[in-house]
Amino acid sequence: MTRVNWALLILIACVASLPLFGGAYALRLGTIACMYAIFALSWNIVGGFAGYPSFATAAFFGFGAYATGILLNKGVPLSVAVIGSLLMCFVLAAALGAVLLRLRGHYFAIASLSLVEVFRELVNNATDLTGGGMGLNIPLASGSGILADATFFFYAMWGLLLITAAVVIIVSASKLGFGLNCIRQNETASNMVGLNSTLYKSVAFGLSACFVGAAGGIYAAWVHYIDPSDVFDILYSVKPIVMALMGGLGSPLGVVCGAFVYLGLEEVVWRNYIQIHSGVLGVLIIMLLLFLPHGLISLRSGMFWRRTKHV
Amino acid sequence: MLAVQVLINALVLGCLYACIAIGFSLVWGVLNVINLIHGSFIVLGAYLAWGAYQWAGISPWFALAVAAPVFFVLGYLLQRLLLNRVITAPVLVTLTLTFGLDLILNNAMIYYFKADYRKLTLSPPTGSISLFDVVVPVDRLIATASALALTGLLYLLLRRSKVGRAIVAVRLDRDAAVLMGVDVKSIYAIAFGLGAALAGCAGVLMALIFPISPLTSSAYLGKAFVVCVLGGLGSVSGALAGGLLLALVEGIGSTLIGPAHATTLSFVLLIIFLVVRPQGLLGRKGFE
Repeated sequence: MTRVNWALLILIACVASLPLFGGAYALRLGTIACMYAIFALSWNIVGGFAGYPSFATAAFFGFGAYATGILLNKGVPLSVAVIGSLLMCFVLAAALGAVLLRLRGHYFAIASLSLVEVFRELVNNATDLTGGGMGLNIPLASGSGILADATFFFYAMWGLLLITAAVVIIVSASKLGFGLNCIRQNETASNMVGLNSTLYKSVAFGLSACFVGAAGGIYAAWVHYIDPSDVFDILYSVKPIVMALMGGLGSPLGVVCGAFVYLGLEEVVWRNYIQIHSGVLGVLIIMLLLFLPHGLISLRSGMFWRRTKHV
Repeated sequence: MLAVQVLINALVLGCLYACIAIGFSLVWGVLNVINLIHGSFIVLGAYLAWGAYQWAGISPWFALAVAAPVFFVLGYLLQRLLLNRVITAPVLVTLTLTFGLDLILNNAMIYYFKADYRKLTLSPPTGSISLFDVVVPVDRLIATASALALTGLLYLLLRRSKVGRAIVAVRLDRDAAVLMGVDVKSIYAIAFGLGAALAGCAGVLMALIFPISPLTSSAYLGKAFVVCVLGGLGSVSGALAGGLLLALVEGIGSTLIGPAHATTLSFVLLIIFLVVRPQGLLGRKGFE
């Protein structure tokens, strides 16, 4: 257990005290913050550790949301439904990963991007099960008042974040994390020394999908209504990448900080520029890439007179 | 007769798909950048044609001649000022940068034109040719011919002109091209400009046939992706082959299992190709 990982756990523990300070708005923001942190941490497993630029986050977020929504509509309790979607996402992603992760670089990016479109199209066309373009209504979980509900979902999302962080820390310290690191640096060489890279990458892809799927499940239960264009939004795939770039690729603490900073920026932009918020988001992304290519970590006193180099 | 109609529709659509994809393919092949603004450029070109016709009565054929230089300059500047700074960065960075640019352009279009669907209707209408039971609208035919002409023009440019040879040289071996005295930076900018110009022209042609809305940009981008992978990167004839194949599969698929599954079908095709033959129909292995 390194110092950085302790810092990560302490940061997450601090987030848990949020209900003490604010009302429903703070809780809503906190829930989204936890969700974004889950996205960023999950993306980091396959994007940061293994170095595969995955754009599949939105696909599994939507899949998890729909799986949980359908299960809830069938009368399954929330916890079982979320765990069920988590397992389904893991299996599905690991199976898809075994095929897709044979591609590299641009090709993998596109294949994972197209996964989102395929899932959306499938959900759109399976009208009997998912309601198609009409969306899916999900029954209220408790109905014990707005604030109690908000607190419940905040802690549900926070708990999932804690589990995700714990798994990511365990992975980074384990043989799997070491293997992924090797794959990122030189896949051919790691294959040659007897690393089962297909297995490692599949497991990594599965892990990076399952928590996102579970977060999707909690999100679906939280908002009570989902439709394909909402949960299969391609932005959900891009946001984790921006967060990870913001915080510094590959470091769990960095990406969580990136997620929080990103949410703060997004909230400010949304509040003030509702009509042009995605344009402002675009400007932010470009500024970030041009001036802070290593993320906020590169914000040192030295950067103002020394040019930072690209990786 | 239905089979012939499906075939002809596929032929028409395939040429247009090729026109959408060649600019994208050129940029990807030469700069090794996935240009996510491509879809928005196409829509912008469509708006240009629509606006010119609606407000000034300029015919789309003339708009084609205006769109090409305008978009070329736009693309050239974009590459020189922004993209060039991260061109050596990993895939993720260039991809995210063009995504950010796309967000800005698309948002600007939604802001000014709203998300409504518009349609460019020529008056008087051009009518259609019907032979036995097969019907082909004339404006579609003209758009197809223009798309083919643009594709041919690009092919000639890459084959015959000095700049074109330089572009191909940079694509094949960047370092060797530098040694031969090619100014890689300006070739990159020219290739990106050409890509943008082709996108703009494709947009003008699209405006003749499809409704225009900023929301359609991702669909065009998706088509460009698929055609590119099917045909092989950075090859003009590959884009044509890929476009025709995609249109054929979509046409047959829509007739057999219903139009709702056309996108899924095309993406399944994409995945199959990515896994089985990532270099595409006409691409060569290790050439990407």
